Parts: sequence; structure tokens; C-alpha cells
Amino acid sequence: MTMMQYEPYETPDGRTIGNTLMEMKNITLRFGGVVAIQDISFDIREGEIRAIIGPNGAGKSSMLNVISGFYNPQEGDVWFRGTKRPPMRPYLVARQGIARTFQNIALFDGMSVLDNIMTGRLNHMKTGFLGQAIWWGKAEKEETLNREKAEEIIDFLEIQSIRKTPVGRLPYGLKKRVELARALVAEPELLLLDEPMAGMNVEEKEDMSRFILDVNDEYGTTIALIEHDMGVVMDLSDRVVVMDYGKKIGDGTPDEVRNNQEVIDAYLGVAHD
Amino acid sequence: MKMTAVSGQPESVPALLARNVAQFGSKPAYREKEFGIWQSWTWRETAEEIEAMALGLLALGIERGDHVAIIGRNRPALYWSMIAVQRAGAVPVPLYQDAVAEEMVHVLDNAGVRFAICGDQEQVDKVLEVQESVNKIEHVIYQDPRGLRKYDHTTLHALADIQAEGRAAHERFEKELAAREAELNYDSTCVMLYTSGTTGKPKGVVLSNRNIIETAKNSAEFDHLRSSDDVLAYLPMAWVGDFIFSIGQAYWTGLCVNCPESAATVSADLREIGPTYFFAPPPVFERHLTEVMIRMEDAGRFKQWLFHHFMAHAKRVGPAILDGKEVGFADRLKYKLGELCIYGPLKNTLGLSRVRIGYTAGEAIGPELFDFYRSLGINLKQLYGQTEASVFITMQPNGQVRADTVGVPAPGVEIRIDDSGEIFYRSPGVFVEYYNNPDSTASTKDAEGWVATGDAGFFEEEGGHLRIIDRVKDVGKMADGGMFAPKFVENKLKFYPDVLEAVVFGAGREMCTAFINIDLHAVGNWAERNNIAYASYQELAGHPQVLDTIQGYVEAVNKSVAEDSMLSGCQVHRFLVLHKELDADDGEMTRTRKVRRRIVEEKYEDLITALYSGKSEQYTETEVTYEDGRKGKITATLQIRDAAVVDHVGQAQVAAE
Repeated sequence: MTMMQYEPYETPDGRTIGNTLMEMKNITLRFGGVVAIQDISFDIREGEIRAIIGPNGAGKSSMLNVISGFYNPQEGDVWFRGTKRPPMRPYLVARQGIARTFQNIALFDGMSVLDNIMTGRLNHMKTGFLGQAIWWGKAEKEETLNREKAEEIIDFLEIQSIRKTPVGRLPYGLKKRVELARALVAEPELLLLDEPMAGMNVEEKEDMSRFILDVNDEYGTTIALIEHDMGVVMDLSDRVVVMDYGKKIGDGTPDEVRNNQEVIDAYLGVAHD
Repeated sequence: MKMTAVSGQPESVPALLARNVAQFGSKPAYREKEFGIWQSWTWRETAEEIEAMALGLLALGIERGDHVAIIGRNRPALYWSMIAVQRAGAVPVPLYQDAVAEEMVHVLDNAGVRFAICGDQEQVDKVLEVQESVNKIEHVIYQDPRGLRKYDHTTLHALADIQAEGRAAHERFEKELAAREAELNYDSTCVMLYTSGTTGKPKGVVLSNRNIIETAKNSAEFDHLRSSDDVLAYLPMAWVGDFIFSIGQAYWTGLCVNCPESAATVSADLREIGPTYFFAPPPVFERHLTEVMIRMEDAGRFKQWLFHHFMAHAKRVGPAILDGKEVGFADRLKYKLGELCIYGPLKNTLGLSRVRIGYTAGEAIGPELFDFYRSLGINLKQLYGQTEASVFITMQPNGQVRADTVGVPAPGVEIRIDDSGEIFYRSPGVFVEYYNNPDSTASTKDAEGWVATGDAGFFEEEGGHLRIIDRVKDVGKMADGGMFAPKFVENKLKFYPDVLEAVVFGAGREMCTAFINIDLHAVGNWAERNNIAYASYQELAGHPQVLDTIQGYVEAVNKSVAEDSMLSGCQVHRFLVLHKELDADDGEMTRTRKVRRRIVEEKYEDLITALYSGKSEQYTETEVTYEDGRKGKITATLQIRDAAVVDHVGQAQVAAE
């Protein structure tokens, strides 16, 4: 068994969408008797922005947690870069080049923005604890390099003015941006965003959309995102997976999904028998 | 590179650059904070960068006399591009970066701009948007490539590419560049700057090398500027002041120009650089003071006591010590102690520890605000100037600084005041002409070179300092024949930190009324401390307690206005607090934040009518423009309040009590 094969193509705005990067095959996830995800398959292509949408409790976050290795599904396989991925601890998944942000911000409140972002470089640090503690040899060079990368992302996300501010003092919208920065600084191949615009006002949403597009464009990062706001999803993504009650009810371009009767029913609500 | 003027004094900015390379070659000329670190360029490196740009522009086909628009925030590369354009024989035209696309059309069209050099994608987008209506624009060049990779690059170029091409085409264009540079002299155009357009469409003010260099030289000598000075370049590049400080004086004296990391980091960058020469309009000083005061309120009891105790002492003797007047030994000693405990650390926090010369201009500064900074030992002074004068008309000499005057004529400037009270000046800095506008040139500058300022003022008998009253055209008569000078009253109102802006009406009427804009920062903070909930600017502005506070200010101002026998008729009888901030995007203010009175009068006609009709509230709909150019509408019902006025007889009684 292998992954789906696609021919690369160029989008109207000049981005290249490549072959399959990740494929979920017949994933089923159960918590005791509760079926959170039921037999779902879909793929994520290199360079694309892939959205997972659905009403509350549809199993979107569970799906993201399966991708990031936080949950191991009872059935089905996760394929990444052409090979089947064995059950794996999340930190090992992160080392494979997958970074994520959280729906409920998970930053270190007492640390500065810069320090928070630097923690995202953890997987790129090769020197040991002792070397870093006495600041000797490679450790110093490594930190310089990591700081350069962090500064590049700070510049990219335009958060220079809060570089030294403790995260706890920041407003919500900026915290979200700092979280994105921490994920980006890991230089991921696949970026997972769990409701990046939840709780934001229109202006913050527009900014965040702009940054997501810029990340995809500038760094060629593949992005999988979960989002509630339909307008945002339809504008941002190349392809959309729609989930409802743990099942996949739609998959395709935003236009295809928009005209899918099942999706319309799920969002507008019909009586389930 | 060669010096153009053999006779000693360089006669153009590029020639000054060559002189600086010879004199200060390895000294820093520019710094910019990028990626969290201050990057710096020496004069020699600067000259090399500029040369590459100039050659690249020649390769792109720039012609003598072309106008090149420069749009972006203060960054070394954009400053260099101005000099590169001059070296290629063309004229730089810096524009306000926050102008929306449609505002740019007039300027780009009027100047006949062929090349536009932009800071980033935002500016490029605006220029491309107007390119259809301004078809003379041939090439657009950008500095920051972010987001621009996928754009059609037929006539769009990265500044770095232009420089690379320039370096590659070195052999081909070197002679041409040298020839064009050699043609530059004192009479060739140095820069074209657009007026902010308080009254009408912006006009292009043509300034020659003579204007810029003579002015820079005179003012630098006046304040003893030297090559070891540091200046922070953070005010709009399109503003004449920035051109004089960051180019004129910087090239004349060889001082270092420091560019902040972004607009949001200015105060942090200020602290890191600690400029020795600093310029800011009054609102910036006011914001700093407000921040200090807010933070002091959170400090412990003892610290608060220490602060207030020493600040009171500083207020008493600080300005006198700064002016070199006689102060007793005990007071001096206590001031020294204060410097150690309070003033020094405070100045350090503000980033003003090293300031030798600080200037404020643009509008009147409140006496308390002014004295606060001076009492700390910061040599803050005022100057009076305009674009047409290459800034300087009057300046305050060290030791003769006051809040209510603007100083004595700057070196080389002659001033005369005509019968109507209007101020006229003549100086080496007087502009050449308004571009393509001989009528306006003729009505502003007469054959002998005297320029009308449009401001009314008078010289104080003692000391010969100039005092400005108001714009001549705004000074009017009330219905009863009394003098009406709105600025006089507005400034008094604006000296309250809670009041951001005030517009007073009353010409030809029997009484004065006013619009007030609250300062969201100051009032918002007050609301927070007093547990007053509000959801929007509009709600806060209409809050009864806010209105009470403002009413208190208006009544206090009325008392102070009544003391001036000539202007006692200008007391504000009725006022309202506007539901939105006056904004340049809505055309209500200029980009330099001066109120466009006529537009405000037209736009809020219904409110003015209500002020004079005796109503106690008025419903209104206002169109607003968002930052991205979209339009929307806000509606509000505004309360109109009556303020107590003091009549002449009553005033005598108040004074007697």
C-alpha cells in the first residue's frame, strides 16, 4: 500500500501544490464507548492549505490530535512522507517536522515573547544541558543561530514591539500570534493550527488570515487548520474536509463543499433519525 | 567620487556626502535596528550603497529633472535613495506613507512622477492602484520584498536588484554619473516637498541645495551640532523637518541618523539609542508624560512621595538651573540629589538622558508640559517654521526659553510684521517656487523674497521674542465686533491631557461654541481607575462623567480667557464631545494632524446648528473611512452642554477674591 499520487499543479495565485505529504487512511478513534472519529480518510498535499471544518463536537480537534500523535487511533494508519507512521509520542512527531498551535493558548505566561519563541527551537538544539549551562563551544553558536531564526519570525509576524513583554500581559489576539511564531520557528514542514481565529475580532481575523497566507507563500509550509468561521475557511483554503458526528461528510474545494447538500444540512441543521 | 565644488564649500548634498566620506569615513552615518540588533553603516559604506543605487537608476533610464517619489517609513535605504536620485540629476519627492491611494493621485500626478521607490508591499499596492490614473509612472521599486514575489516584475524592481545592476553596470555609467553630479550646484533643486494642505490641495515646494545647505549650516551652528551627535529619525520622511534634520543637518555636521525597528518600537528604540538631538511634536511629549504619571500611580507610597517631593523641587529650581541663572547652594545640592534619585532614572526611562538639544514645534505646547521636561534638565526648546522656509523662521536660544513664545529670528532670517499682524520673513532658506503653480508662488512670495506665513503674531517688547496668535484667516470678528482667535482657546483646552483636539467656532456669531475630542488613552485610563465600563470610543465620549469633567475644563479655560481683555469674548458658551476622533483618513485633519476647519464645519453642519439653536441633544450620522480605505457610517446622539462663562465685571471680582 502506498499514498495517493498526484501531479503537481500551480494555483491561480502562483503557488505550487505538490504530491501527497500526509494521508489518513480509515482512521477510527474511540474513547471507551464513544466514537470520536469513524473511518475517516483524507490526504494533505505538499504546499496546500487544508481546512477541517464541522460543527461543535464533530471530532475536528481529535483529528488534529491524531495527526500530531497525541492520540493513537484504534484503527487505520497515518502515512507521512511516503511511509506508514508507527504509533509515536508527540515529541517524536514534532521532530518529523510537524508543529502545532492550540485552541486554548498554551504559552508560558511568565516568560517573555522571545523566550517563548525560543522554546520552539528545542528540536533544533543538539548541544547538551551541561554545554548550554556553561555556555561553551557549540552551545553559544547554536543559540546565536536559534536567536537569528527567532528574530526572523518576529520580523515576519511583526511582533518586534512586544519582543521582551511577558506573554501573560498580552491581549488574546497577540498571544495567538506568538503561538504561531513558536510553531513557525521550529521550521515545520506541516503546520497544524487549531482554531487560529477563535475569539478574534474582524480586524484580528484579517491579520491572522494574512499571516497564514504569507507563511504558506513565503516558507512553502503545508498548513492544516481547523476553523469555525466559514467565511475565513472558504477564503483561505485550497481544499476542505467537512466532519459531522465523527464522520466525513464532504471533501473538496471550497466551492464543492459549499454546494454539498450534506454539508448544508449539517450547518443549518436537519432532524437526524 | 569627486567633490563638485573646487572652491571649498560643497554645493550639493552629494558633494557633502563626498566630504563626509573623506572626513568621517569610518564613523557611523546610519543605524537601523533590524532582527533585534542595531545594524550600522559608516559614511564610506553609505556612499558605496548610494553609488550602486544611483548607477542602477541610470541603468533604468532615469533622466535629469525626473521626479522620483519616495514612500515608506524611515529606513536608511530610503534616505540613501534620495541622495542617489540627486546624484543622478533627478529630484526626490518624499510622500506621506499613511496617505491613502486617492490622496497620492494628486501629488504623483502634479509632480509627474516617473519612478516610485516604495518601502514595502503596502506602498507598492497603492502606487500600482493609482498607476492607471497617473500614467506617467513607469517603474516602481521596492525595498522589502515580502509578499511581492508573485507580482508581475515587468516594471517592478527590488531595490537590491537595482543596486546589483548598478554595480554590474559600473563601467558603463560611471562617467555619466560623474557628469550629472558635476552639474549640481547651489541653484539646482535638492528636494520637492508637498505642503500638508490645511486649506487646499497640497502644493509642491521646490527647495534648492542653497536652501537646504544654508539652513542646515545656520541652524547647526546656532545649536552647536557636531558629528558625534545622534538623532532618531521617526517622523514622516515627507515632512520638511525630517529632511532638514536627517539629511540637511546630518550631512552638514556628519551626525548619525538612527532608524527605529518599526513604528511600534519607537519608544524602546529611543531608550536604546539615547539621542543627543531630539525632535518631537507636543503630543509625543504629552504621551510620555501621561505614561510616567500612570505608572507612578502604581508605585509604592514611599516612591510616590519621593517622586512628588523631588518633582516639586525640580519645578521650582530646575528651569533656572538649566538657564544658568543664579540658584542658591542648598537648592542646587538638593537638585543634585534629585538627579540621583529621580530625574536621572526618569530621563533614562524616557530615553532622554543624553539629549543636549530637544525641539518641539508644529503646534503650541502646554506650559506645564514644557516646564516638566525642562525642570528635569532636558534642554527642550521651541521653534517656529514652515516648509517654505526650509523649516527655521524663529528658534529659542539656550537660556532664553519660554513656553509662550517661539524665540528670536533664526540666523540669516529677517522678519517683519505688517499692519494686519501677519508675519513675513526673508531668508536663504526661502523656497524657490511652488512646482507648476506660478500664481500661488506669486501670492506667497513677493519680488523681494518676502514670504507671507499666514500666521498672525507680534514681537514682545522685552527680549524681542515672537509670539504667534493664530492663522490670519482664522482670526475673525464676533458679531459684536470683538476679536475671535480660535487657536488661542483651542490650545488652552488642548493643554488638558484628556482633551486631544478642540475646534472652536464663533466667527460672525454672538457667542463661541466648541467641539471637543477626548484622548482615548488618558480618559480610558481614568475610566479604568474609576471602574467605569465602556465598550467603545463613542460610549466613553458620551459618558456623563466624562462630560462633567470636560465641562470643568471648559469653564476653567473660560476663566483664563476672560483675563485677556482683547479676547474675553472668545469664551466657550456651549460645547459637545464628538463621537469620533477627527482623522486624516476622513479628511478632517492634515497628515501632520492639523484640523481642517472648513471641512469640519461642512461635515458637522448639523451639530454646529444644534450648538447655536439651544438644543440639548442632537442625532447625527457620520461617514468614516477605515484604514484600508473602506467606508462606513456611525450614528450617535450627542449631548450638548452649556458652560459657565465669566463676564468682565465678574472677572474683576474673581481677581479680587
